Order: sequence, then C-alpha cells, then structure tokens
Amino acid sequence: MAYGSFVIQRDLTFSIRRGDIFVIMGGSGCGKSTLLRHLVGLQEPARGKVFYDGVSFWETDLAERRNIMRRFGILYQSGALWSSMTLAENVALPLGEYTDLRPGQISELVSLKLALVGLAGFEDFYPSEISGGMRKRAGLARAMAMDPDVLFFDEPSAGLDPISARRLDDLILELRESQGATIVIVTHELASIFAIGNNSVFLDAESRTMIAEGDPHKLLEETRDPRVRSFLTRGEA
Amino acid sequence: MKSSMPTGNDSPRVDVHSLEIDTISVELSGNWKLEMEVPSADAVRSKIEAMPQCRAIVFDTRNLTGWDSSLVAFMKNVYEFCATRNIERVPDGLPQGVVRLLALATAVPEKKDAKREKIRGPFLKIIGEESIKLGRSTLEMIEFVGEASVAFTRLIIGKARFRRVDFINILQDSGVGALPIVSLISVLVGLILAFVGAVQLRMFGAQIYVADLVGLGMAREMGAMMTAVIMAGRTGAAFAAQLGTMQVNEEIDALRTLGISPMEFLVMPRMIALALMMPLLCLYADLMGIFGGAVVGIGMLGLTPAEYYTETVLSISLGDFGAGIIKAVIFGVLVALSGCLRGIQCGRSASAVGDATTSAVVTSIVFIIVSDSLLTVIYDIMGF
Repeated sequence: MAYGSFVIQRDLTFSIRRGDIFVIMGGSGCGKSTLLRHLVGLQEPARGKVFYDGVSFWETDLAERRNIMRRFGILYQSGALWSSMTLAENVALPLGEYTDLRPGQISELVSLKLALVGLAGFEDFYPSEISGGMRKRAGLARAMAMDPDVLFFDEPSAGLDPISARRLDDLILELRESQGATIVIVTHELASIFAIGNNSVFLDAESRTMIAEGDPHKLLEETRDPRVRSFLTRGEA
Repeated sequence: MKSSMPTGNDSPRVDVHSLEIDTISVELSGNWKLEMEVPSADAVRSKIEAMPQCRAIVFDTRNLTGWDSSLVAFMKNVYEFCATRNIERVPDGLPQGVVRLLALATAVPEKKDAKREKIRGPFLKIIGEESIKLGRSTLEMIEFVGEASVAFTRLIIGKARFRRVDFINILQDSGVGALPIVSLISVLVGLILAFVGAVQLRMFGAQIYVADLVGLGMAREMGAMMTAVIMAGRTGAAFAAQLGTMQVNEEIDALRTLGISPMEFLVMPRMIALALMMPLLCLYADLMGIFGGAVVGIGMLGLTPAEYYTETVLSISLGDFGAGIIKAVIFGVLVALSGCLRGIQCGRSASAVGDATTSAVVTSIVFIIVSDSLLTVIYDIMGF
C-alpha cells in the first residue's frame, strides 16, 4: 500500500473467514484506514490482490466489482451521511437504487433500521441537526440498509460515549448472529477488540508490515512480540 | 496585576562553567517563563565545543524561582546536543517535573522520514517538475471531461441516476437565486457602456447611436460574459465548496462504495442546471443592460424613450441575441465543469476546500475569457 512513492504497509497476507468479526488494529497512522480503503474498493493497492470468494477484486471488470461492492455495507469514520438528505432519505437511497421495493415498503424498512440503532423518530432530521454520535449511528443504519454480507467499520466507537460504544458492540454481534454477516472493523479500542473480535491483523507503523494475526485473546496470551503485547495491554507489559 | 511582569533581577539566566576537567556545570537561575526573555542554548553549546574532553554535564537550579515549557525546550535542546557528543547528562539538579517531561518528550523517537523534504533543486528541475504537474493536471481535466461525457450519454439514454429533488434545488439556486445580482450588475454594465459611448458620440452629435452601442454590446458580448463571471463567482464557487466538503466528509466515498457514480449523481445535475439557466439569465441580463443604457440615453443625452426604443430595435437582430445565448450555454457548461472538477479534486481538509473554491473561480474565468475570444473569432469567420 502506498501513496505515490511513500510506502505505508507492505507484505500483508491474511484471510477473513465468513462470519468472522475481523479486527484491523495498530497504532495511529499505521495505515489501518488505508487498508480498509483497499478492501472496499476506494483505492487500488500499489501491488497485490484482494480476493472475495476467489474473485480478484481489483483485476475483475468494473461491473463485477460493482456487484461485489453491492454486498458491502460501510460505516465511515465520520458517518459520511449525505448532508443534503434527511436521515430517512440517506437510508432509503441504497434501497431505492438497488431494489424494486415500493415506497411504502422502503419507508417501513428505513424506520426499522433507524429504530435498530436507536434513532426512531429522527427520520426527517438532517445530518447537521443531530449530534456526532447520532450521525455515526445513522451511518450504521445506512450501512445495514441492504442487509450486506460484509460490513466494514472505520473506527466505529471513536467519539461515542462508553454506553453507546457498548450498545454498538452488541449490535455488531447481533448482526453477525442473526444475518450471518462478516464484519471487518478498524479500531484501536481495546475493550471492543476483546469483546467482539475473533480474528485480527496487527499493523505496525515502524516496520510497515503486519506483525501478528489471529484471535486477539490468543494473541494476548501467546504473543512474544513486545509491540503487540504492549498494544494489547495499554503499554503495561 | 504587576506581579507577573519581568523584574530586573529575576530574569532567567544561564551560567556555564567547568567543574572538573571533564565536567560542565550549568547554573540556571531566575524565573524561566515564556513571557520572559529566555536565553538560548548556544552558551552551553559553545562551552561544550570549547571543551572537547567533556564527558558529563550537571545542572544547578537552586536559584531557579519558576519554570514552564521554556525551560523544558531549553533542556531538550541541551540534551539533544549532548547526545550527539556522547556526554552523560546528570539530571539530579533539575526539578523533577522537568526531568519527567523530558523523559516523555524523548520517549517516542523522532520519525526522521516523516518530515516533508523541502529541497529546492536547480532552476531547470523546478521547471521540469512544474511542467509535469501541469501535464498531469491537464490530463486529469481531460479525464474529467471524458467521464462527464460518458455520464451525459448515460443520462440521454435514461440510465443516469440522480435525485430529481437535488436537480430542482440546484436549478432554483442557480436560476432564480441569481436574479438580484445579475440585475444589479447588468444594469450598471449597460450604464457604463452608455457613458463610454456617450462621451465620444456626443462630440459628433450622434448620441442616438448610444442605443446601438449598448444594444449590440450587451446582446453579443457583455450580457453573456458578465452573467458567466457572476455565475463563476457565485455558483461555480458554491459547486466547488459543496463537492469539496462532501469529499472531506467522505460523502463522495460513500456514494462510490454504493456503486453510484458521483459524476452522474452530483456533477450531471449541476452541469445541466447551469447549462439550462445560463441562457435565460443571459437574456435577462441583455434586457437589463439595455434598460441601463436607456437610463443614460434618456436621462442625460436628451433622447426620448420612443427614439431610444426604435433605435435599439433597428440595430439588434435576433441573431445578435442568438450569438450571445450560444456563448452563454457554453460558458454555463464551462463554469459548472470547473466548479465540479475542482470540488471532486479537493483534498481532505478545510483549507483544501478553500483552495478548491478559489481555483474553481480562477479556472472558470480563464475558461470564459479564452472561449469568448475563440467564439468571437469563429463568429467573425462565419460572418455571424
């Protein structure tokens, strides 16, 4: 992964199993979000491949890539709600684009998704009229709109109070249980990592590559790498 | 409160002297506060340089009456210099707080390759790099125009996706919303044209031809150009700022990952709205300009309204208006194109949005003037 000639991370090889809650972790500025951009199709890797069900994502044609991307739901760091639309319109847009549902059905689904993230009754609010935490939750409602196979979260609990963060974790677990979604999370919130993660990759900014992978709990017990240990124990070990 | 003002004998001081043959003692005294004039670390450096056999440095702060970051910065400087010369730093004499802050400041090693390199190469290299940059940005522009054409084709065959509400809002904003400013500017431009003409024409007693001058000038040239310049500053800048902010908020990423083309969803409605509204605004500006000219003609040159009207009708043909309106459509597309281009290219910070807006206005105005000259020449060749 590189911006121009500036290499951020190299030699990353890992696989995410269906139904995983996969955590991309590492210190600030190590390239977690950039890795996510490669995975979701926003930025082509300088070298290397990304496979979804055996299809090389960046080598296939645009139509196929769009088809794969349609199975994604993405929650951006800032929520990234479209500011000219109400929350309901934000959630409804993907449904209107890709399904043949009647407007009545769409608005029922929209209410359901907003209720799931605790925003029932906020349908007609604009993103600028609600708080940052609410925007994030609305972003999640939009990401869930199409019942995606893979959900990507870019630092979901950053800027949320502990209780909302906890609720979000529960919701993520529930989505995996009930819909069998695969979940990829970029985060450095230890509480979340241990509460929900069952597979992970650890990126290191210094050596510019991954230095650990696997279940975070096991990593904590088994790793000998001082960098990983110190990260997982908030620098205490 | 005068107590915090620097006093003569409490000003920060540093005294360096050699303690033993291989040890330097640094004595820090006075009130080391940011608002005082704090000595630099040069005195310590030069002392160390003068004593090549120096192996250790100790500090004496018994006469130190107060300190803040200024002392920590000073000490960091000294520490770093000592580190390059392998001189042992004995922190015992320093306040505990300073020692702890120094430890924090040196806990994470400086990232050497993170700083931006600012190497100014030879003149030819700068020219070369600038040319490459220019080539790249031209290429980006061509790419953008290409994508816009594809999106336009999809729109014509009814495949493009955008929200009708957005389109109507943009239409309203770039049409009706611009009427007041277009009125004001065009009336004044008509007025100015009339004045310029009147000064010359009055000498020959040919005031009546002010009507021809204003009519033709507005219809063929000034109406379209002034409207375009206004729209570049008003709507083109707004487009760049809107799209730029959407880029900063990751809203455009969110569209892309949904498989919705920002070109169809954001750029197309803006471009079409402006291409539709510009000719109407231009026509309106023509009429307002003629009205402005009439105010001067009737009010100052003693022409009657009927004279002015007849002369205007006689001098301008429908083709003259057509010439202006064709220009207006082209200007509209160019203004929307540069606004959207700069917005989409925008970086991911607040200042980048400002740059995008500025650049959008500059690009539009350059495009307007260049294409206007081209069109005028083409009209001339075609005899239009």
